[in-house]
Amino acid sequence: MSLAERTLMQVSQALSRGEASSVDVTRACLERIAKEDSGLGAFLSLDEARALEAAKASDERRAKKQARGPLDGVPVALKDNILTLGHVTTAGSKILDGFVPPFDATVTARLKDAGAVILGKCNLDEFAMGSSTENSAFRPTHNPYARGYTPGGSSGGSAAAVAARLVFGALGSDTGGSIRQPAALTNVVGLKPTWGRVSRYGVVAFASSLDQVGPLARTVEDAAALLQAISGRDPLDATSSDEPVPDFSAGLLGGVKGLRIGLPTEYQVEGLDPEVDAAIREAARRFEALGATVTPVSLPHTKYALAAYYVIAPSEASSNLARYDGVRFGHRARQVKNLAELYEKSRSEGFGPEVKRRIMLGTFALSAGYHDAYYVKAQQVRTLIRRDFEQAFEKVDVVLSATSPVPAWKLGEKVDDPLKMYLMDVLTLPCNLAGLPGVSAPAGFTKAGLPVGLQLLGRPFDEVTVLRAAAAFERETRHFERRPGA
Amino acid sequence: MKLTVDQVRHVAKLARLALSPEEEARFGAQLSNILDAVDTLAQVDTTGVPATAYVLPMPPHAREDRVTGHLGAEAALANAPQTVGTSFAIPKVIE
Repeated sequence: MSLAERTLMQVSQALSRGEASSVDVTRACLERIAKEDSGLGAFLSLDEARALEAAKASDERRAKKQARGPLDGVPVALKDNILTLGHVTTAGSKILDGFVPPFDATVTARLKDAGAVILGKCNLDEFAMGSSTENSAFRPTHNPYARGYTPGGSSGGSAAAVAARLVFGALGSDTGGSIRQPAALTNVVGLKPTWGRVSRYGVVAFASSLDQVGPLARTVEDAAALLQAISGRDPLDATSSDEPVPDFSAGLLGGVKGLRIGLPTEYQVEGLDPEVDAAIREAARRFEALGATVTPVSLPHTKYALAAYYVIAPSEASSNLARYDGVRFGHRARQVKNLAELYEKSRSEGFGPEVKRRIMLGTFALSAGYHDAYYVKAQQVRTLIRRDFEQAFEKVDVVLSATSPVPAWKLGEKVDDPLKMYLMDVLTLPCNLAGLPGVSAPAGFTKAGLPVGLQLLGRPFDEVTVLRAAAAFERETRHFERRPGA
Repeated sequence: MKLTVDQVRHVAKLARLALSPEEEARFGAQLSNILDAVDTLAQVDTTGVPATAYVLPMPPHAREDRVTGHLGAEAALANAPQTVGTSFAIPKVIE
């Protein structure tokens, strides 16, 4: 088995047994990227010099028996909305083209502290706004399992990099499904932690009450190892939680005997692809065969979640993106007559159409005369959606559904109809509104060979249970072993 | 809800976006379409339901009020489009 074919934990073991050095593994990944990525578009930038330096430092630590843990020496990648000291971070936007952060995001610093080797930055929809990575101002990303198809979004570059075996794991961000949906479309595992579990410091803000950073990786144990490194209270993020961080890897072999799984009846949405639906039903049968109980459960306000989300997220975005004014950093328009024109022209030249649309939508929802009918109303409906989950979790331990209602679609197919694109998030965004942890795990393939993902949602701060359930399913099915092009 | 061109222009002004006539027309139609979908919220009885802005049971942490490390002028200005000395420069505001 070539180095690149290994999972994160397998390569970690190879490093600790001395079968390979971090420099070897890092070079192997960089070679693969050089060969594969021009046709794939997973990366926006590479940082080869720092990566090789970090790999060398890791090898030196290991030689001195000072290795730091499972991630030490392992090449990973970051979504390009996660700040990296001294290395360009664009958030997929022209307005940040050439922006070189003067500090690391906390998650970047924690991965570095764990010894991980950061190879580069992955493509995304501009400011993480999108479900196909086509809103990137720089380039489209292809699905490794089907060139010409979307890898999903907005963390489509991170997902494609992991799926194509260019890297052993990656971080993404998830505001309405942006980790889980691309994971589902590319046959990888993607976890959105409970809101507050992971620091958002140094992550380009989209919708602060919904954003969370999380891992994408080939297996559940790989994702657990990455989650371990980035979780926990950070004094630099006032909203990061004091909740103790458990050992996410410890219980992965625990199985699902006695686990109560709920299938939300309202997630049988219009437009749910029959092959996706069949894969989830099959998954439910597998869970039952493994000793779990599967029962229907009701989340009655589901049909209003999309509407609430597309008021709340754009409203927060319109406020967060006010900082891009052409004054302190980012694009500045030339030849302006006054300050007002500097703001307007810099923003209009720098932002792409989807970002403008969402800023407009959010500004409208917050404007005088509409604030109560839209913004406050949406926040009240958000409360009802949270209560739906609270009631469901009195009867079940996790909620099972499809991650995306459809498998990957052709690039360009939905770009002209924003509402159609928004519907791609219908099964993932309620989790963000309620602040819950959710994982997407490989659940098989359609007849055309497109990956299908299942989603497991858990109680707040109960990542352990969703990971354990996903791991049990993974041991039984091993879909992750099917390579792109196989 | 259908947005008029005047409403689109008003919102663009609030958002500090200069839209072309073509963008005004396109965004106007697309936003109206999205707002039609969003208007389903009006069907939900939210009488007496509190608003959720923040999902955690505990309030956010207030930071201790003391001086800590900072970037320094050079790093803080490194990405500025235009600077004068240790300041960000902008076009003249007061004639």
